Amino acid sequence: MFHWLEKHPFFFSVGVFVVIAFAGLIEIVPNFAQASRPVIGTKPYTTLELAGRHVYIKNSCNACHSQLIRPFKAETDRYGDYSLSGEYAYDRPFLWGSKRTGPDLMRVGNYRTTDWHENHMKDPAAVVPGTVMPAYPWMFTNESDIETAYAEQLTVKNVFSVPYNKELPMKDGSSAVVKLAETLEGAQASALEEAKLIAADMKDKSVQDAVAAGKIPEIVALIAYLNSLK
Amino acid sequence: MENRPLEYDYTVAKMFMLTTVLLGIVGMLIGVILAWELAFPSVNTLLGSGVAEYTNFSRLRPLHTDAVIFGFTVSGIFATWYYVGQRVLKVSMAESSFLMFMAKLQFWIYLLTVVAVVVSLLLGITTSKEYAEFEWPIDIAIVVVWVLWGINMFGLIGIRREKSLYISIWYYIATFLGVAMLYLFNNMEVPTMFLSGGLGAWWHSVSMYAGTNDALVQWWYGHNAVAFGFTVPIVAMIYYFLPKESGQAVFSYKLSLLSFWGLMFVYLWAGGHHLLFSTVPDWMQTMGSVFSVVLILPSWGSAINMLLTMKGEWQQVASSPLIKFMVLASTFYMFSTLEGPIQAIKSVNAIAHFTDWIVGHVHDGVLGWVAFMIMAALFHMAPRVFKREIYSKSLMNTQFWIQTLGVVLYFTSMWIAGITQGMMWRAHDEFGNLAYSFIDTVNVLHPYYTIRAVGGTLYLIGMFLFAWNMYKTMTAGRRVEENELQNASPMAA
Repeated sequence: MFHWLEKHPFFFSVGVFVVIAFAGLIEIVPNFAQASRPVIGTKPYTTLELAGRHVYIKNSCNACHSQLIRPFKAETDRYGDYSLSGEYAYDRPFLWGSKRTGPDLMRVGNYRTTDWHENHMKDPAAVVPGTVMPAYPWMFTNESDIETAYAEQLTVKNVFSVPYNKELPMKDGSSAVVKLAETLEGAQASALEEAKLIAADMKDKSVQDAVAAGKIPEIVALIAYLNSLK
Repeated sequence: MENRPLEYDYTVAKMFMLTTVLLGIVGMLIGVILAWELAFPSVNTLLGSGVAEYTNFSRLRPLHTDAVIFGFTVSGIFATWYYVGQRVLKVSMAESSFLMFMAKLQFWIYLLTVVAVVVSLLLGITTSKEYAEFEWPIDIAIVVVWVLWGINMFGLIGIRREKSLYISIWYYIATFLGVAMLYLFNNMEVPTMFLSGGLGAWWHSVSMYAGTNDALVQWWYGHNAVAFGFTVPIVAMIYYFLPKESGQAVFSYKLSLLSFWGLMFVYLWAGGHHLLFSTVPDWMQTMGSVFSVVLILPSWGSAINMLLTMKGEWQQVASSPLIKFMVLASTFYMFSTLEGPIQAIKSVNAIAHFTDWIVGHVHDGVLGWVAFMIMAALFHMAPRVFKREIYSKSLMNTQFWIQTLGVVLYFTSMWIAGITQGMMWRAHDEFGNLAYSFIDTVNVLHPYYTIRAVGGTLYLIGMFLFAWNMYKTMTAGRRVEENELQNASPMAA
């Protein structure tokens, strides 16, 4: 049989393809049949949080920080409850990472503050002596891209039925709604409202001036995202 | 063409040889910068804080991996294909102006794509999926390059004179099919501009899959990209170049068959070992773990087949630096394909995952196996392609030893660093509290990061020697005709 295949490239290629595609079919398809269902308390990202997530991705924070807590005592002691599949239901793409040069950030919103993040991004070594993390000063001057974040929100709402403007059950029995503006202007306005709350906790004068002038520096969006990780 | 020996046309092979050397240097140089940045963070701002946004670790890291995978390795795959393909199929590229045109088109689109990749990654335009960071316009360009390669490959196979396909061709076909399948499915994404009425950055897209599913597809791709980028095509190379260079026939045809079909079947299951202790279903994690261990068989099958090809001719290892490169490559392949399964065992993975041991594993594989084999292939091709002898044998030897030392320093330091880190993360004191804070585990790594940076630098120096030797071969090597060449490449003293 193999001698025959070696003389017939077409059938040889078909054979190879079937053999390599086999494993993928068996391993991947069943999980897709039961698509990631959100656990109670998981909310889609607000415009500002999503813009911050883009800043996180743009600077490849996931190259050094994971967002996946494994079910080991050492990890739950250090980072909090271990990860559940449904907590990632709105994560496109997933940001688990593959290397921990720095600590896990899955629940960083539980134990770090806006103030801490601000100092850490400006001068990591001042907050954590001995760190190998570089400073990210450009995040204080670059403006975050609210428009792209809004475009993504519209896309995931239309294509993947992400439940914006819908009542979602929370852990304490209450319910919450993540609003999605009708227009870009509306999205920018609500992002700015959210940004003002964060900027109020920050010390950097230029950031506060920028927000007061209606601009949103990348650092503000990033902190909004990091604070949402709980 | 009647009654005359076939004249192979290496125009396109030459073009890709050039990008192999060039992008190899670029990718590894960035790697070395990254290594020093981790050991000494102030290196980040060496060029001034104004450009720090583009020179800091996080921007360069994807550029390093992509330059080495899609720049150096893929160029090497194309370069060797445009050499090996003609020779084992007994047909010249010059016989088909259509295939020649397609091949050149493939090269130029490839080069443009590389430029687009460099610019976009430096600007921070990335999807964040490892080794699939490119946004949709670049993904489309990559698919075009790949399809063009496919047209060339199957076109050449279509007009072949040799009836039966040699083993190397099996592996090239598998490379083509495997990468095509993996790349397409992992890069399914929705451009946001089209579904939001033209808002936002035009290149931005959102992944088709969410959360755990996204991770599953990504690591099915991520692990198997190693298979079809770093294993399968490199095995294709060694199956051609080692017998040619040593003048020995491949040890066992049956073993080649067994290891080929075994590799094809088993490899794809193993991706799950990247997701141990994550939120993917447990049975999948177990499958990934078990099949990773089974994977030793087909991997060692090809490696043993290669090493036994040298049976009775081991003195060539001492006399020919080129054989040295290939034998060490096979040895590193065995080493790396034993190390991988060990790391995929659940209890070992619990310590190894997220640490530098994984980084070490990747690099003993790519530096010791992939890069050594590609350089050996280029060394073998150069006299036949440029009709000139290799410029300096002693330079080759020097390069071999410098790079070997570099790899050894690299993986030993990363072994120690990774295991230390993994053990410290999980350590508890007598009261059940964590024994170390995270920063303790960072500080302890400094000496190993420094050793790794030194090892990487040595390897890079070897790359420069390689480039210099190739350049001098092209321009100043002694002229030689192919029929003068015996099995082994001609060597100046």
